[in-house]
Amino acid sequence: MIDVKDLRVTFGHGADAVAAVQGVSFAVREGESFGLVGESGSGKSTVLRAVVGLNHDWTGSIAVAGAAQSRRREKGFFKSCQMVFQDPYGSLHPRHTIDRILAEPIAIHGLRDADARIDRVLRDVGLGPQFRFRYPHQLSGGQRQRVAIARALVLEPRVLLLDEPTSALDVSVQAEILNLLKRLRAEHALTYVLVSHNLAVVATMCDRLAVMNRGRIVEEMDVDSLRRGEAREDYTRQLLRASQGYDRAAADSFKDFA
Amino acid sequence: MSETPLLEVENLRISFPTRTGVTQAVRGVSFTVGREKLGIVGESGSGKSMTGRAILRLVPPPGIVTADRLSFQGEDLLTLPEKRLRGIRGRRISMVMQDPKFSLNPVMTIGAQIAEAYRVHSSAGTAEAKRRALEMLEAVRIRNPERVYGLYPHEVSGGMGQRIMIAMMLIPNPDLLIADEPTSALDVTVQMQVLAIMDELCSRRGMGMIFVSHDLNLVASFCDRILIMYAGRVVETCRASELHAAKHPYTRGLLDSLPRLDDTRPELPVLARDPSWLEG
Repeated sequence: MIDVKDLRVTFGHGADAVAAVQGVSFAVREGESFGLVGESGSGKSTVLRAVVGLNHDWTGSIAVAGAAQSRRREKGFFKSCQMVFQDPYGSLHPRHTIDRILAEPIAIHGLRDADARIDRVLRDVGLGPQFRFRYPHQLSGGQRQRVAIARALVLEPRVLLLDEPTSALDVSVQAEILNLLKRLRAEHALTYVLVSHNLAVVATMCDRLAVMNRGRIVEEMDVDSLRRGEAREDYTRQLLRASQGYDRAAADSFKDFA
Repeated sequence: MSETPLLEVENLRISFPTRTGVTQAVRGVSFTVGREKLGIVGESGSGKSMTGRAILRLVPPPGIVTADRLSFQGEDLLTLPEKRLRGIRGRRISMVMQDPKFSLNPVMTIGAQIAEAYRVHSSAGTAEAKRRALEMLEAVRIRNPERVYGLYPHEVSGGMGQRIMIAMMLIPNPDLLIADEPTSALDVTVQMQVLAIMDELCSRRGMGMIFVSHDLNLVASFCDRILIMYAGRVVETCRASELHAAKHPYTRGLLDSLPRLDDTRPELPVLARDPSWLEG
């Protein structure tokens, strides 16, 4: 469904150039849920943004749903591939009602029966029609993230790219959103790429994952080996160790991986 | 915990008058802190940060703070004149905030900021302050203190910024450190290293610490004792090592709703909030 080969993204020029992604390749099958894990600066979000077309300056090849992608995306691309962002407080227009937020992608793509679509998608994400004419500030963080998911789903895409969809939320709300994402994937046969720094979230949501460090994929593994803690690379083992709570001895043994 | 506690809080209440009535952010919280690591855990809006701020009288107006008792080593923090309070705030109780980006002065070098923190609270001269600032940078494991001393905050990473904040807060050698989500903006491995530094300084100096966080597992593995807050009240207090045996349904619900590495549950249990918790 998604095929990325030798993706490279560089920001800046000359002496200031930063190679954020340095030759990343991975493939995601249809209906699969794939996790991209790494610390800040590892390039995981940059990969996602390149796939969805928000970064134009990349080299390598990106194919989504069998079609090779150029630097600029056709309008039709966004009917099959949508993205949900990290911050539900920043990703919704503060002066548009939920109805207008959800109507916009429908209008852009010239689809009919907007009314029925909005109604259906709101029910789908567990909000119901009473939320339709509210503004984002009238909703809680979890409800806003549901709206962001609804906006991504309103075009009935096949691929959903999720960039840290729950890291701005409280743990009890995180559980609700993760459950919702799981249910939607089962109901609509969606393909997910989930970017997260939280290994436990990836363990519940994904089938397979890639661990990134400093712009490269360090290791690819399936979720069963993650659950058993069977990592091949030292970097992954250190990451696993760090996500299991505070441990004085472990903290002293940490080192930098270049 | 055998000696008298550093800090005693009894029936602390914080309210904010608004156009639509009075919002009670903290509703009758009582606890004591000795020379130990006390964790305060809760979700957003539970009043955990406000509790930490109230101790240093940093609740922004129009907030109203009342308490039957709020005393630090026998001194009443609520009625102490502002001038005397400055002798405590920063000197004997210091506070580390969540984000180094907003807590460091962007137009002052790191070294100058740390040295200033020392000179304000002691009669040391410039040379002495610089020497102590460099020592402190080394204590928080900054590899090249001389170089970092002359850098500006935008030239360092988030993890280093937070270590610099900790250095600045610890240089007056406080008895109590209030850390409000000190590591939640950091990567997990850096978070562990920063915690290890605070842990070591706590045990070496015999400092007390209040660790405010939303991360249950982190607090359970780092602190000695935990308060769990819900809607402005403490619903449960337990030893950190016994968190997994917590009894209150809210605490249990929070623990269950956390995804785990070895998770095979098809669905995460969702917290069903019981209105009786508000009073319980």
